[in-house]
Amino acid sequence: MTSAPALDIRDLRKTYPNGVEALKGITLTVEAGDLFALLGPNGAGKSTLIGILSSLVNASGGEARVFGVPVHARRSEAMALIGLVPQELNLNQFERPLDICINQAGFYGIPRRVAGERAEKYLRELKLWDKAEHSARMLSGGMKRRLMIARAMMNEPRLLILDEPTAGVDIEIRRSMWQFVQGINRAGTTVILTTHYLEEAESLCRNIAIIDHGRIVEHTTMRALLAKLDVETFVLDLAAHCPDALPAPEGIALRRIDEHTVEAELPRGRDLNGLFAALSAAGIAVRSMRTKSNRLEELFVRLTGPGKEAA
Amino acid sequence: MNAREQWVALGTIVRREVMRILRIWGQTLMPPAITMTLYFLIFGTLIGSRIGTLHGYTYMQYITPGLVMMSVITNSYGNITSSFFGAKFGRYVEEMLVSPMPPLVILGGYVTGAVLRGLLVGAIVLALSLFFTHLTVVNPWVTASSVLLASVVFSLAGFINAVYARKFDDIALVPTFVLTPLTYLGGVFYSVDQLPEPWRGISHANPILYMVSAFRDGMLGAGDIALGPAYAVMLGLMLVLGWVAITLLRRGVGLRS
Repeated sequence: MTSAPALDIRDLRKTYPNGVEALKGITLTVEAGDLFALLGPNGAGKSTLIGILSSLVNASGGEARVFGVPVHARRSEAMALIGLVPQELNLNQFERPLDICINQAGFYGIPRRVAGERAEKYLRELKLWDKAEHSARMLSGGMKRRLMIARAMMNEPRLLILDEPTAGVDIEIRRSMWQFVQGINRAGTTVILTTHYLEEAESLCRNIAIIDHGRIVEHTTMRALLAKLDVETFVLDLAAHCPDALPAPEGIALRRIDEHTVEAELPRGRDLNGLFAALSAAGIAVRSMRTKSNRLEELFVRLTGPGKEAA
Repeated sequence: MNAREQWVALGTIVRREVMRILRIWGQTLMPPAITMTLYFLIFGTLIGSRIGTLHGYTYMQYITPGLVMMSVITNSYGNITSSFFGAKFGRYVEEMLVSPMPPLVILGGYVTGAVLRGLLVGAIVLALSLFFTHLTVVNPWVTASSVLLASVVFSLAGFINAVYARKFDDIALVPTFVLTPLTYLGGVFYSVDQLPEPWRGISHANPILYMVSAFRDGMLGAGDIALGPAYAVMLGLMLVLGWVAITLLRRGVGLRS
């Protein structure tokens, strides 16, 4: 059992009663100990997938196993291995953070004394201990998000699923949450993270899957994915009107953006002398130049952008 | 989850429910105490003194078991609908749904919480009645078992209501249009023997009549229905509603998509 992957999903499907096909046969493996990013645009199927893993959504077909335990057939065993931080706030606003954490542990059958010790540990680590006895409704948005993480840690899960945990959280708190997540991952907890902050996935995660329209469109290591960015794009501001016909230097793609702007795409590491020589020969003067934002965001748009709709 | 862990989980839900009842005592314990005191004053003392006796008891003594049962039923039902629907509405029911707890433990925890509130309110109302009349308990076992069964039955009914409810109106409809009429027509304020036919026969279709009658039989020895049919109705309802409730929870109706 110890060699089983943290998550093993085979041909997972979900069609809602209204006919919406949210998952169209997803196959995915997350190894034990990984810090894994699951990315996708809104409505791609991420939350449905997480809902199935946490048993809040019933799958229409396929199978998901957590450390070898089938989620549907052995729900109770599987749930004991998982901690979930959902995207939407789902706290009882009238309870105190300390009670919320202790009760959550109780739902997993953890005795009250142990639950109290764990609650203090995780509320302290997430800098909420001084708010432990306040009403949850008095907490700020960022504090509520951290409280949901503390709550998810009460059963000390082997697999922690964080569904956009840093949405709407300021950068300082976001970084402290990153540190916490990296810490528990180093301590052996497998982490699956969905986020819209692509730099978050890029800086935290070792492996990544991109989901779009209910299908996995990319599943690889972060390093391999970023290595696919073998081209760089520069934006050139021209001193005069851009001519209709642009030169075509070898290995460089030039695109007219507007009458004063041109984009140049060329292989990473290639010198720019050829580009400027060609532009000069065509009588095009460049006033300034900047690198177009790229890396993960660019890949994400390429993989999930318009025209990528799966059948 | 092993048995010990399930007990811990059950205890957690019950504790949370009891803490909720005590935290909002002004909404859970105080209103029935005030309402029933008014019933005792108006129906028992002011009007009851002009009515005479029923089955050999003063009107005040006669209606007291009915008013206690009415409090138990409405508070058991109200507790579970507001608590479980509140958890659904606030989405923190997911705390339990993503845990390894089996459905029976979740149901057991909520029903126990609702029964505890029902019995606590029943005890308060009974204590208040002693300011107005003298009461005896002829058969403690019948008294205790009938009030417990009635409380469980209406806790289960309230749970089913909360599972299907999509908005707060949905948990107010049944108490207003079903529970209150059935309670008032269930022999709380009168003996069905006083009713002419066909109303007497029709009254026998009201399950609350059997509960009030059994409880009154336990306290005063003056029930309208024999204990055998009364227990059969209560046990039958408990089994049917329990089966429906656990089936809904297992299938995740209104809870899982």
